[in-house]
Amino acid sequence: MHITQGTFSYLPPLSDVQIRAQVQYCLDQDWAVSIEFTDDPHPRNAYWDMWGLPMFDVKDSAGVMNEVQACRAAKPERYIRVNGYDRRYGRQTVGLSFIVQRPKNEPGFRLERQESTDRVIRYTLHSYATDKPEGERY
Amino acid sequence: MVSKAESPPAADPGLTSGVDLGQAYRDSNIDALLDELDRELVGLKPVKTRIREIAALLLVAKLRETQGLTTDRPTLHMSFTGRPGTGKTTVAMRMAKILNHLGYVRKGHLVVATRDDLVGQYVGHTAPKTKEVIKRAMGGVLFIDEAYYLYRPENERDYGPEAIEMLLQVMENNRDDLVVVLAGYKDRMDTFFHSNPGFHSRVAHHLDFPDYETDELMGIAELMLASQHYEFDGTARRAFREYLERRMTMPHFANARSVRNAIDRAKLRQANRLVKKGGTVARGELTRIDADDIRQSRVFADDGEDSTDTPHRGGKDAV
Repeated sequence: MHITQGTFSYLPPLSDVQIRAQVQYCLDQDWAVSIEFTDDPHPRNAYWDMWGLPMFDVKDSAGVMNEVQACRAAKPERYIRVNGYDRRYGRQTVGLSFIVQRPKNEPGFRLERQESTDRVIRYTLHSYATDKPEGERY
Repeated sequence: MVSKAESPPAADPGLTSGVDLGQAYRDSNIDALLDELDRELVGLKPVKTRIREIAALLLVAKLRETQGLTTDRPTLHMSFTGRPGTGKTTVAMRMAKILNHLGYVRKGHLVVATRDDLVGQYVGHTAPKTKEVIKRAMGGVLFIDEAYYLYRPENERDYGPEAIEMLLQVMENNRDDLVVVLAGYKDRMDTFFHSNPGFHSRVAHHLDFPDYETDELMGIAELMLASQHYEFDGTARRAFREYLERRMTMPHFANARSVRNAIDRAKLRQANRLVKKGGTVARGELTRIDADDIRQSRVFADDGEDSTDTPHRGGKDAV
């Protein structure tokens, strides 16, 4: 199942040239670009692992792309995303975040129903991948 | 930058259709930059000539490309040699802009690095540090000041060679992404290149910055004052020339940087003089530096040692 989270996730995966252009857009807006990876892509999992520090004073996308390539080489079977953080006062939030790599096999999610009092049913998502311990998921 | 010239030749690259060199030159807007360089930097004749030559070479290389003539991308890494205060950093900044206008670097910013920024303190510390600096310099010019300190043959456990190796790799593989400028004293750079042949073969342009003459230093002083809305009066001008002549023979003379320091101190004395005088001060008084402000310098004392004027070793006024 193709996971759709972050910007551009309903599009076919971006090529490197397209990623580069998006990163350059972030840098031109004076956003700090950072790279993160995870093997737990649950939509509520906000805590992805950081690949290095956010790149605060990089001006050209070539520097960021080198890091993306390094991260891909080191973490071939992980989700990797690129974030552009807008630090301007009054915004101070991620302006753009998109996935640049996914594992080959994405098992997806199962819907779980929990019966509660008075015939109430609670729904939740369960990622098949997280059945396995960390590090063996993909 | 040569987008106008691009379309027709691309249609039939095999033909010798010719290109309008003058048009391409105007389009690149390089003339304004070179003129600015001429105007704002005093002296440095050989350097300016060399930069014009390089700019011409790069422009022609771009045009050849549009004509479908295969040219390897020219190597752009440079070495700037010269004594302190001869304008190496300033010229590097202009060079970055010129390269940017000609389309050889994408951003045209200058990242200044010294040994401290590149070489780490312990095992495994150097690579990330160097990588960080290179990452910042991508799309611009990496200016390595006093590059010879990277190589310390007397200490075999030094981490400098690690940084050198990474730099060499980047200079070779990321030629499209950044231009490296190595700077320092001439003689030491020569030994540095001699012991690191890898660098020597990758650096295409060696620019030597001559020391300034007294007249040129005076010109620099006038330019600096004008940009800060100060001026010498007649006697001050003579005093300052005398000051320069004395100062030039003293140790630690750092050309334009010494001039700037001298001017800064003259401004200090001028302010002091005005405050002591009190009362109303005319506008002209605020801008005028008189001979007394200069003659008070310790350079004019007979022992001749002006300790406040000694630039600290390796220290650098960045811009």
